[in-house]
Formats: sequence, C-alpha cells, structure tokens
Amino acid sequence: MSPPLLRAEALSVSIAGHAVCRDLTWAVDAGETWAILGRNGAGKSTLLNTLAGLHRQDHGILQLGGHALPDAAAGRHARALARVRGYLAQHQLDPFASTVMETALVGRHPHLGRWDWESLADRDIAAAALGEVDLADCAERDVQTLSGGERQRLAVAQLLAQQPALFLLDEPLTHLDLSHQVAVMELFARRARAGAAVVAVLHDPGFAARYCSRVLLLFGDGEWLAGPADTVITTTNLTRLYGHPLREIGVDGQRWFVPA
Amino acid sequence: MPTRRRALLVIVALCGLALASLLVALAAGSMPVTPGDVLLALAGGEGLAAEVIQGLRLPRAIAAFACGGLLALAGALMQVLLRNPLADPYVLGISGGAAVGALSAMLAGLALALVNLFAFAGAFAAMLLVFGLAHGDSSWTRTRLLLTGVIVASGCGAVVALIMSVAPETHLRGMLFWLMGDASHASNPWPALAVLAAGVAASMPFARELNLLSRGDTLAQTLGVSVQRVRLGVYFLAATFTAVAVTTAGSIGFIGLVVPHLVRLGMLKLGWGNDQRLLLPASALTGGSLLVLADTLARTIVAPLQLPVGALTAILGVPLFLFLLGRQRGSGQ
Repeated sequence: MSPPLLRAEALSVSIAGHAVCRDLTWAVDAGETWAILGRNGAGKSTLLNTLAGLHRQDHGILQLGGHALPDAAAGRHARALARVRGYLAQHQLDPFASTVMETALVGRHPHLGRWDWESLADRDIAAAALGEVDLADCAERDVQTLSGGERQRLAVAQLLAQQPALFLLDEPLTHLDLSHQVAVMELFARRARAGAAVVAVLHDPGFAARYCSRVLLLFGDGEWLAGPADTVITTTNLTRLYGHPLREIGVDGQRWFVPA
Repeated sequence: MPTRRRALLVIVALCGLALASLLVALAAGSMPVTPGDVLLALAGGEGLAAEVIQGLRLPRAIAAFACGGLLALAGALMQVLLRNPLADPYVLGISGGAAVGALSAMLAGLALALVNLFAFAGAFAAMLLVFGLAHGDSSWTRTRLLLTGVIVASGCGAVVALIMSVAPETHLRGMLFWLMGDASHASNPWPALAVLAAGVAASMPFARELNLLSRGDTLAQTLGVSVQRVRLGVYFLAATFTAVAVTTAGSIGFIGLVVPHLVRLGMLKLGWGNDQRLLLPASALTGGSLLVLADTLARTIVAPLQLPVGALTAILGVPLFLFLLGRQRGSGQ
C-alpha cells in the first residue's frame, strides 16, 4: 500500500492564540474527497493554509507527498511541492491588467524551467481548463472586467492547469451561481475519481454530503471529528458544529440540511 | 502573453529606437553635426566635431540613457514589489537619502566626485534604514514597507529644505539642478550603463516569478516561488538601480513611474498582459531612449540656456500620466 498523500500526526494549529485543532491525526489518500466544515472563525482556512504550507503549525508532523511542511514550502523544494498540491485562495488579486488565458497559464509555472516560456502544450492545457469552467469564450478578455463568479471560475481553471495531486480549496463555491456550484463540485469529484485528492472548505453540509466521501468537522475550540460523510454528517453533529439546530431533509436519496 | 519570438522582435525594435535616440542626441546641439561626422567621431576620428561628440555629447547621452533605463527598470520592479501601479523608484525614500547626501556635500563645498559619493552613501543609508525599520518584527508587509519608505522620504525632504534654507545663494542653483535631475555633470557614465546591463541580466531569470508575485504573495508561494527571497532580491536590486541613477544625474522624476505604464499600455494594445519577461527589458530600453530625447530637448530647446532634464520629464510626464490614469478609469475599474 502506498503512503497517504497527506499525513498529519498529532498536529496542533492555532492562530492569534485561538486553537484551530489539537492533536489532529489525519490522512488523505489519493482518490478521496474531503470537506472541512465549521462555523465562521473556527479556523477552517487556517487549517487549509497549514496544509498548503502557508502557516506554521504549533507542533506535530505534517507530510505532503514526502515533503515535510511548512519548511518545504519556502525552500528549494517549493516548485516540487507546487506540483503536488494546489491551493485555491478565498480572494483573487488583479492589480495589473492581464488576459484570462495568461491568468490560467500562471498555473503552469511549477512545470516550467527557469528559462522556459509557455509551450503550445501548456496553452492547450490552460485552454482545456478554461473550457471545463465554461470560460473558453473569454480567453482574450481582461481579467479586470470579469464578474465575481467568472473570476472565481478562472481561479479554478488556473488550479486545474497546475495539475496537482492534491487540491486544497478554500470556499470554492464563493460567488458562483447554483449551476456553476454544481459544475465545480462535479469537476473536482471527477478529478478525485481520476486519482487526485480534494480537500475543500465548504459552508453547505448538503454539498459536503453529496460530493465528499469524507468530512472533517472543526468545532472551534480545538476539538475535531473526522470520518466518512455518511456517519459524521448528522443533525446532532451539525447542531453542535454550528451552534444552531438543523433538520435533515431527504430529496431523491440525497440529504440536505436546513436551519430549524 | 507574448511568445518568446514576438518578445524578441519587440526588444530588437526597441534597441533600434535606443540607437536612433542616441544618434539624435549626438547630432543635435548648438554646433550642428552631420550624421556622417557622428559616425566618424564614434569611429575615433579627430577634429572639433569629434571632440564635441566624444568629450561632451556622448558621455551625456550615455548617462541619460543609463539613468532613464535604470529608473524605468527600478520603477517596474517597485510596482511588482509593492503590487501597486502607482509605485515609483523614489517611493521608498532612496532619492531622498541621496538628496540629503548630495546637498550636504554641496553645502560643505566639496568637489563633484565627493558629491556623487555622498549621494550614493545617502541613498544606501536610506535603503538600509527603510529596510531595517520595515523588517523590524520580521513580518515584512507591503503596507509597512510603503509607510516606512514614505515617512523616511518626507523626513529627507525636511532635511533638504533645511539645508537649502541655510545654504549660501551661490550654491542654490546647483542644488536646485541636482534636485530636479540634470545629466550635464555626468562625466563618466559607463559604470551606470554597466549596472543597467547587469541589472536587466540579473532580473530576467526571475521575470516569471515576478509575474506571479504581482498577482499576490499567497498565489506565488503556492505555485513554488520563494516569496521572501525574491522580494528581498527585488528590493535590493531596485534600490541599487535607483541609487546609481540618482548618483549619476540627480533625482529625475516621472521616468520610473510613467515608462512601465507606457510599456504596459503598448503590450495591452498587442493583447498581452503584464509579463515582466518583456516588460523589464522593454522598460529599460524605452526609459533610456526617452530620457536621451528629453535631455537633448533640455539642452537645445532654449539654447544656449540649459534646462534641468528632470523639470522637462515632469512637465511632459504629469499630463501623460493623468491621461493614462483617466483612460484606466474609463475602462471600468
């Protein structure tokens, strides 16, 4: 059996004195889709940042495809690490004008040598990624003219062009309309079936139950719960998680959760 | 994004522009010289025309080219470093430090070489001061850097005002010219040109990483850029280029701010975004050419009177920049 893609052992993470998780022991294997759920400020993004190597854990071991985090993220292994994990940030910045195609091509950076320019193959990969998020027609548009939802989909396309083994998604559905929310979740589910791993911070437990095989709950006080979506996503756990009673509704065999 | 071939074509065309601007600078002036004389003088010919060209016009033109190129390159780098299109080489107080150094030396009546030395020392001191203060708690945030730079710059401005208010009348004109930027005293421009060439060569291998940096530190880091290291390198490169430029010809304004925007605008017209692999060398060549032309104007427009070229670049630069800014708003940002 191959070692897990991501392995956390006795991982403790905090931000500004606030505990995000204590002694988290966790593994993410290729082909798995994880949702991270928790209320605002519970530390979902901080944990995701830690997994991406952007935030230093207090203690514990964090291994990502053979690299020890966070040291590998800043040193000479940074490019190799960028071929293992991709990270979708909550916000995208565009201080300078640039075309949609150029922005998607940025994802190819870790695959290019110092003196390389993007090849036709790289352009094909970026064009295919733009097609997957429904932006093929906008390739030559200026990113600064995109709507919030289009910009978010472009960020997803950039991540697809990066072709990492592990996708770390911080609220991937921000700004998206319902049809694109479904399309983006299905797109990542397809990537997982093809052998990638996905860890996504989500706000809708219904989406988590529908698209993720596993979930990690962060209760906001350092407590956590990880396991299969079927057994962990329950009204009892969610009521404790969000501090608000929830009810489960079944529609065509799918579970949705609404505030009581 | 340009392909490598197209980027090379643009660079070759801009090299042509640079050569043309240098030829104009060598031929124009109170003593008319034919293009043939220029070539003869460059080939090592003798005579009055050759003497004027070799001894006066060539050093001055090369100095203007080197300074323009250095300022434009430093401006482009600062705009990436601060991720702010309004950043220029002087925003972090480096020219302020150089001004304090140069004017102190002038006040003491030191020779030109010492004025230059003091200017460079002042620029270097400002660079270390801003870096040290901004780095304080090792979190080197953009806002903190910008704020420290602006404060140091305004402190330097106050010292400059103080020096000028106690300086004897006879020194004031020289000080004013230094502050506005003036290429006429540049006697040995070759080191500046060498720094420009080395600077372009040193920043090119990192150009794609700078593209990522201009899109945000987090994005750059998750795509494999050693953000802290690259930012430090960019800071010291840009600061050194600025220091060399102001040491050579005083603080010439607006080239460092406007030229990268001009080049970006041109690239946008060709359907390319903010790609530093073309932007950096293109800015250096364009900045150099423009300053050569501006300096030629400055010494011929009201000849035999000579204007400080910095005043000209500002007079031409202000409306141009306002025009660019207006366009930017027009495009719906």
